[in-house]
Amino acid sequence: MSDLTTLDAAELGRRLTAGELSSVELTRAYLDRITAADEVLGAYLHVDAEAALARAGEIDAARSAGDELGPLAGLPVALKDVFVTEGVPTTSGSKILEGWRPPYDATVAARLKDAGTVLLGKTNMDEFAMGSSTENSAYRPTRNPWDPDRIPGGSSGGSSAAVAGGLAPWALGTDTGGSIRQPAAVTGLVGHKPTYGAVSRYGLIAFSSSLDQAGPMARTVLDAAVLHEAIGGHDPRDSTSIDAPVPVVAKAAREGAHGDLAGLRVGVVRELGGDGHSDGYDAGVLARVRETVELLEGMGAEVREVSCPSFDLALPAYYLIAPSEASSNLARFDGMRFGLRAGDDGSHDLDEVMSLTREQGFGPEVKRRIILGTYALSAGYYEAYYGQAQKVRTLITRDFTAAFDGVDVLVSPTSPTVAWPIGARVDDPLAMYAADLCTLPASLAGLPAISVPCGLSDGLPVGFQVMAPALADDRCYRVAAAVEAALDTTRGHRLLDELPTRTAAA
Amino acid sequence: MSDTLVDFDEVLTRYEPVIGLETHVELGTASKMFCGCSTTFGAEPNTQTCPVCLGLPGSLPVVNAAAIEATIRIGLALGCRIATWSRFARKNYFYPDIPKGFQTSQYDEPLCIAGHLDVEVDGETHRVEIERVHLEEDTGKNLHVGGATGRIHGASHSLVDFNRAGIPLVEIVTRPIPGTGAQAPEVAKAYVTELREILLALGVSEVRMEQGNLRCDVNTSLAPVGSLEWGTRTETKNVNSLRSVERSVRHEMRRQAAVLDAGQRVLQETRHFHEDSGSTSPGRSKEEATDYRYFPEPDLVPVAPDAEWVEKLTAELPELPGARRTRLQEEWGLSATEMSWLTGAGALGLVDATVAAGATPGDARKWWLGELARRANDAGVELAELAITPRQVAELTALVSAGTVNDQLARQALDGVLAGEGDPAQVVESRGLAVLGESDELVSAVEAAIAGAPDVVAKVQGGKVQALGALVGAVMKTTRGKADAATVRRMLEERVL
Repeated sequence: MSDLTTLDAAELGRRLTAGELSSVELTRAYLDRITAADEVLGAYLHVDAEAALARAGEIDAARSAGDELGPLAGLPVALKDVFVTEGVPTTSGSKILEGWRPPYDATVAARLKDAGTVLLGKTNMDEFAMGSSTENSAYRPTRNPWDPDRIPGGSSGGSSAAVAGGLAPWALGTDTGGSIRQPAAVTGLVGHKPTYGAVSRYGLIAFSSSLDQAGPMARTVLDAAVLHEAIGGHDPRDSTSIDAPVPVVAKAAREGAHGDLAGLRVGVVRELGGDGHSDGYDAGVLARVRETVELLEGMGAEVREVSCPSFDLALPAYYLIAPSEASSNLARFDGMRFGLRAGDDGSHDLDEVMSLTREQGFGPEVKRRIILGTYALSAGYYEAYYGQAQKVRTLITRDFTAAFDGVDVLVSPTSPTVAWPIGARVDDPLAMYAADLCTLPASLAGLPAISVPCGLSDGLPVGFQVMAPALADDRCYRVAAAVEAALDTTRGHRLLDELPTRTAAA
Repeated sequence: MSDTLVDFDEVLTRYEPVIGLETHVELGTASKMFCGCSTTFGAEPNTQTCPVCLGLPGSLPVVNAAAIEATIRIGLALGCRIATWSRFARKNYFYPDIPKGFQTSQYDEPLCIAGHLDVEVDGETHRVEIERVHLEEDTGKNLHVGGATGRIHGASHSLVDFNRAGIPLVEIVTRPIPGTGAQAPEVAKAYVTELREILLALGVSEVRMEQGNLRCDVNTSLAPVGSLEWGTRTETKNVNSLRSVERSVRHEMRRQAAVLDAGQRVLQETRHFHEDSGSTSPGRSKEEATDYRYFPEPDLVPVAPDAEWVEKLTAELPELPGARRTRLQEEWGLSATEMSWLTGAGALGLVDATVAAGATPGDARKWWLGELARRANDAGVELAELAITPRQVAELTALVSAGTVNDQLARQALDGVLAGEGDPAQVVESRGLAVLGESDELVSAVEAAIAGAPDVVAKVQGGKVQALGALVGAVMKTTRGKADAATVRRMLEERVL
């Protein structure tokens, strides 16, 4: 029998439903794995084993009592610590929220609870989701299960390390500029950023409101789709939530796995690693992506190159818009109502207490972005920075619209490189920001995009990105499932099975 | 230290004032602007809060549709153009009473633009141009503990009550109002008074100034007579009664004139108004303006009022105070002066309701401006606070016209109504106030008067008919005013002549 912590969620769910496995048994297997591996990996910020086992026990009892349970009932899940969870510590990776126990659940957390899932814990992340390596966590770095000396991506690096390392069957992340897709890519997982507005942001601690989206991170495309359906759909508490039915993406994932892509028109984005735009891209990454494109052609897709000139401006536009919104979103962390309060000893006035709290509570990257955003929104600079960036955003959206006139999906590498060594980019913010080059355009346009593993480069996973028009998330899943199925068949096993630490641990 | 002040009349010999008003109105919606919390006034601190209005991490706002509708109705009542596309914006600044570190407000895309309100002072009409009407959320309230007066000075610590945080607040901003001269203080007061009437007619707010439902920031500046440029303005914050609006303008005009007379410049600053002394004192300087870093609120979608909906709201507007005054003045055939007495006494609505209940306009005015105004004045209350309804007044006038009571009896009936003894007819019945007909009681009173004054009877019979008045008086006295004088006179004549 295979180790429970390497199986995909669909198989685990089948065993739970069939009564071959109890939720307590399964939860305990994951908790044991966390105990064994998390000291090294640092995937979790908070684990409450007792609460998880108690919850699993309840689900088992309900099942024995013959209660009608959903397909996710009893399955453990991990949540990025950016999601507010009632009574469970929530920090967003920041010292400023240390010890805060929220009085309410994020909508997605509540939906997973209602579906009968068991919360294993809260995963590590770059502070306030600002980063691409999880090194900006105020608590600890997280390591990549493929190579503990390398980063697991970010900002959802705790979730990627947990799922890849067998510390959770699947997890939720959030993606503002690539924070689901890039960590999924560098750890050999599937990660999907839904259409902006397709998943509720209520209870997601905001980094950049017009970009933030929650989404699934999983071992297979089907698992990701099932988790997506569990959290998706309209939420009246989020005004930017799209009032549309929950998307049927699991069906698309199942159909895609048959590998018939006849008639599908695929555009390869020149500006994302193509001719004249390959500076900073690993040759191995470009090779794996090229092979995957050929694979798509082999499955009947019509492939052409597409040019989206405005994509070159995505990075500067993103680093104006996201920090601007963040500078305002993070203003509520003033030490008045929750979290850290510094300097309240009678010798400091109000402004000083607020300043000291923010001085001590925020890390350097968060401060950098608050300063950047405050500057960009200032009178006299607003038009030149924030205003211009919004115009670039419109241009990027137009490039997508034009491209989707001729193709059904656009593809690219998910990130220009594989996971880099811990510490390699901490002193070079621009090198760090470059990790998001390929993921930023879809974020700025609010479009769905998925990252699916497409092989290894230098023994490390490479991600293949599939982007689709708004609300056509199903196309991402369909194409990703075809890629996954074809590569698994050729390889004879899943990419994750090649994870060296897993083999060593087994 | 008190400021040097120039005599008000003297100010006007050298300077011309320009005023402007920003009025904040708390809407009377059942729930807050962006969450479902109750807006009831006076609840225990922080009992009407939730993650949204406390600005907890992760929470998101959802617009209260009733507040949008109320704002549009206010805009329509002020003749504004309603935006076809409007957005909320974040006004960023740090203060403990704003939970999110920004106030969700509107900036360059308000809901209503460019209206006006005509106000009348001493028979002269002034058009106040409205620049914009926009919607935002109220802040929490700081409570300073340990100080002598509840003010921050001397307090040991401060507490924040977030019950008020997130209550919908409409801001109505006028354009600068020049050319009001000596009437500037009255124009400011008349504007707020008229605005208040409109808000009441719309039913969008209780507009109770003492509860802070309506708060005014009053801008005042002076420029030398004949100058083409306006002077530097001060903004007097939180002026919270109609009288204070007038006093604050008057005070600022007198203070600024003294500053200018001394050859100094008026500082652009916010000032606080002091109810007790009627003076203002400096607040925060606006010389270095705060940069609020406004930007469109990304957590909310734009509001795009549908033209059909706006048309429907326009059609459903109630009759507004100005139109109502014009109509009633015409219907009742009153002069402008008579009309201003009515409005000045706060009797317009009462008279209108009394007429609606069946009284003639003349009778209704007579009672409200006469007997009832006198009683309100004696009791030191507003007319509307008297314990009598327009319907009861109408009933009283009906009793008089039917001859059931005369004016004197009617006043006694009024006593009964005000004392809570019921409707006028009931009081007339229970107090036995009805005029006596040609009853046995009256006949015997008449006969007793004749028997008791043979000398008067002789005079009358001798041709001095006017002496009959003494006999009428005697009968009225024995019947304690309940008899009808004309009837008594006829009965006496029949018997004596």
